[in-house]
Amino acid sequence: MERRSFITQTLTGKTPVKDPVLDIQNQKLPDNLDLGVASITPYTGSWGKAEARHLLRRALFGFTKADVDFFAAMTMGDAVDYIMNTPVNPPLPPLNGYNTATLLDPNIAAGSTWVNGPDDNNFTGKRRNSLYAWWMQQILNPDRNIREKMTMFWHNHFATEVETVGSPIIAYNHHKLLRENCLGNFKTFVKSVTIDPAMLVYLNGNVNTKTAPDENHARELMELFTLGKGADSQYTEDDVKNAARVLTGWRINNSTYTAFFNSNNHETSNKTFSAFFNNTTITGQTGANGAFETDDLLNMIFSKSDVVARYIVRRLYRYFVYYVIDSNIENNVIIPLANDFKTNWEIKPIVTALLKSQHFFDSNNVGCNIKNPIDVIATCSKNFMIVYPSSPVEDQYQAWYSMFTFGAFAGMTIGNPPSVSGWPAYYQSPQFTESWLNSDTLPKRISITVALMAVGYQYKAGKKLQADVIAFAKQFANPEDPTKLIQDTIDLLLPLDLSSTSKTTLKQSTLLFGQSSDYYWTTAWNDYIASPNDATKKGTVTTGLQLMLKYLLDLAENQLS
Amino acid sequence: MKRKEFLKKALPATMVPFFINGISIKSMASTPMLEAIKRASLKNGRVFVLIQLNGGNDGLNTIIPVDQYSNLSAARSNILIQQSKVLALNGNNATGMHPVMTGLRSMYDSGKVSIVQSVGYPNPNFSHFRATDIWHSASDSNQYIGSGWAGRYLEDVYTGFPTGYPNTNDPDPLAISIGYAVSTALMGPTVSTGVAISNPTSFYQLVNGTVDPAPNTPAGHELTYVRLVLQQTQAYNDTVKTAAQAVTNKATYPANNSLGDQLKIVANLIAGGLQTPIYTVSIGGFDTHSSQVTSSGSTETGNHADLWKKVSDAIATFQSDCDQLGIADRVAGMTYSEFGRRIKSNASLGTDHGAAAPVIVFGKNVNPGIIGSNPTIPSSVTVNDNVPMQYDFRQVYASVLEDWFQASVSKTDSDLLFKHFDTLAIFKSTLDVKKVRSGSSVTLMQNYPNPFKDFTNIEFVSPGGQVELRLFDSQGRLLKTLVDGLVPKGSYTEVLDGTNLPAGNYYYQLVTANGQVGRHLVKL
Repeated sequence: MERRSFITQTLTGKTPVKDPVLDIQNQKLPDNLDLGVASITPYTGSWGKAEARHLLRRALFGFTKADVDFFAAMTMGDAVDYIMNTPVNPPLPPLNGYNTATLLDPNIAAGSTWVNGPDDNNFTGKRRNSLYAWWMQQILNPDRNIREKMTMFWHNHFATEVETVGSPIIAYNHHKLLRENCLGNFKTFVKSVTIDPAMLVYLNGNVNTKTAPDENHARELMELFTLGKGADSQYTEDDVKNAARVLTGWRINNSTYTAFFNSNNHETSNKTFSAFFNNTTITGQTGANGAFETDDLLNMIFSKSDVVARYIVRRLYRYFVYYVIDSNIENNVIIPLANDFKTNWEIKPIVTALLKSQHFFDSNNVGCNIKNPIDVIATCSKNFMIVYPSSPVEDQYQAWYSMFTFGAFAGMTIGNPPSVSGWPAYYQSPQFTESWLNSDTLPKRISITVALMAVGYQYKAGKKLQADVIAFAKQFANPEDPTKLIQDTIDLLLPLDLSSTSKTTLKQSTLLFGQSSDYYWTTAWNDYIASPNDATKKGTVTTGLQLMLKYLLDLAENQLS
Repeated sequence: MKRKEFLKKALPATMVPFFINGISIKSMASTPMLEAIKRASLKNGRVFVLIQLNGGNDGLNTIIPVDQYSNLSAARSNILIQQSKVLALNGNNATGMHPVMTGLRSMYDSGKVSIVQSVGYPNPNFSHFRATDIWHSASDSNQYIGSGWAGRYLEDVYTGFPTGYPNTNDPDPLAISIGYAVSTALMGPTVSTGVAISNPTSFYQLVNGTVDPAPNTPAGHELTYVRLVLQQTQAYNDTVKTAAQAVTNKATYPANNSLGDQLKIVANLIAGGLQTPIYTVSIGGFDTHSSQVTSSGSTETGNHADLWKKVSDAIATFQSDCDQLGIADRVAGMTYSEFGRRIKSNASLGTDHGAAAPVIVFGKNVNPGIIGSNPTIPSSVTVNDNVPMQYDFRQVYASVLEDWFQASVSKTDSDLLFKHFDTLAIFKSTLDVKKVRSGSSVTLMQNYPNPFKDFTNIEFVSPGGQVELRLFDSQGRLLKTLVDGLVPKGSYTEVLDGTNLPAGNYYYQLVTANGQVGRHLVKL
């Protein structure tokens, strides 16, 4: 039916129904929502597949039915501890997967890593793409821990752009740093990032010099990385200038790709800060000791421990739970966690406590987090068990890289956030995660997932990334029962259930091919199982499953986590 | 009156709920007279294009105050454009353009550019994100407003948006952002009035089907939002596609120019018949803390030059396209950035975050020329010194709203910009109306003594009417209002008590019905 004629028809005789849209107008943060019980005491309610799925949606980039079964068999506490237990060893570094018949890297063999240097201007673009592909490999791998979700959090927090940083080696080292510290000590992390070559380049710290200090790095250290810009963060413009003077002198050695301190560029006079910092004076130091002023600066910033701890906990909260923080959440979730955080700045116990909390598992917090584009793509990949090539290395990297480009297409280019403040979804009030979706990006997201599910994506002549919808159906207990198959699929894909009317409509228009009896699907499925090599029978169930899945991927519910 | 109250009082019985794709929607069953009147101005088809320069543009290296050259050399020798390379402007010896801005210079010379000098606001903010919020929300420096200025205007005109849109009378998007994200300037009091498109021919057909009611939970809140986006996407799919396919661009846009790519889509959609009145486009990279220029020896090349070549070429091509497509009479646009940059450069061949900067308005129907005077550069510039504002950015918005879109002054004052701002003579239609034009007809004498120790005298001439005399520090913070009221025609001397002021550069500004002018003073 045409939209217009549908409207006309509706106007002429249907019963008025309450409009759910008018109640929700996002001119400000929603203040009429029940945000659930605000408590960080551990959750003691029932633990089953539904709760496990909620945990996995937030803590992993996608999951399979097998993952749900694995965690649902544990206790809640064990499940969270398992997820928080990240590998001791970092992932193996990115490789040369970019050689082609006409372009061979003369120094790095195919399948060898390029991160040990030196940079090669002829391969800068290729190596950046290798880094992006490698990153997608980490996200798409089947590991059952939080490392990649945390790494993305810190990538958004300590935002840099690979394309701006220049050297692929420096960019890789930065992302290695993010992974190594993702659940470590925040204060140590800030120090490492402050003198990290990638950050020095990105915020001009490497050209910050005594004759005319460049304030970029100092400002973002306070505004974005530690103190935030809230009402409780009252550092002054002069504080920014003085912090810039403290930070003068850091330089990069372009042959070792490491940072060093050059005292000749360091401003050695005393730096006195505002009343916000208790008029602290950082004593100017000469020679190599000038580098210690950076420690003094970080100690001074971290002395505003409530401001720093609450700012970081709020950011974690918004990433893992929901963007609305009312006074109840502030007082009973944020502040208690921040009080623990500021005792030693260890990240892992804070995230663990949040994920184990009553608040996290409150039913009102299920399904309210709009997925970011990478989450959409990774979830699609894992839900539908898309298989990546195991060799050759060129095919592997091409396949992972194509998944990276899908993220960029839908508005999230990992490695290159829009600015130093990361993606608007995590700071722009009052839209927050709603800013991921507009009339351009939403159709693109849907088209990517539908394409991967139904037609596949050809990343190289003759090679495709594609869901196996029959394998998808087979993993459930009763794929021959259309009602159960649809319920199991909805449970895995969507955080919210559908009404029985919707499910009936869905079943009839897809698995039952427009008929009303379950018999049609059951017969088709059983016929296929009896003759799995019969192309016609296989085609029939494949079409039914693809129609059913397309309907679910098109739903607004599929954008939620 | 708030929008909702207005709806309740004026339209008690005309709201008829119905469904689109299962989402229930309310629409006006009849169009009240008021709406028809408000829309009259939009039916003339006028379009305004907002070009955002993300990062904070260095205005002093863009629109160059040639008459300040010796003081500029002292303040920023390592990045200053060589005087011989500055592009001269027809009929204006005091001001020039960056050497790469050949496209905008020829537009200026042919009368299609109006430059507003030193646009800013009192007490400037130096954070990218906050300053962008201020520009987009049109708030005071210390005020937090969630909606955008253009969005408020559009929601006022298109009452009740988004419920009931699109419809037969208004089939097209209210505003279009080219790119992945909708500009926050288009955020209305209730929802964003804009839709984003990166390529109008790749819109997708979306789901048609039944939708379950959203629960009253956070998840329900987001679910409803996603559905609204789905609905909007589908609703405007056909009109945008049809417009995009109706005509082809006539001008050849420059290659490798992202702004040109965006403006090409804008010209295409306007000429293709969309009634959408506001478009937003953007280009990033203006945060030139370092490498703004290639080297102190070749300051006319580098990142800032590359950016302005793109901006200038893109706008000039867009203008030519509009001319050839026959839409130039009803299209205008402006460039803006969240702030300008510091007068003094840093040692990394760049500039740090600053305050006021020029706004460039273009189109066939602008009053050509320069509004305001060149910024005065002090002889001894400290790292704190900023270009002081001559015009509030909301005066530019008021001019766009009242003179270009013909919004009423009272509506602009009360609901769109929240207070009164005098318009500027940016648009041709305002030539016959008495408008604030420039500082030339305003008399403000240099203070004496200057430099001064405790007291100094400021002499000014009131043309009669409302007069304000204000004192700012070098960073643009408003320190004192010396005069604020109705002052009969005549000459006056105001004594400034500077005994409590720290030593340094200051700036005082006279605002009268004839315009405004500012001067520097130095406290010892």
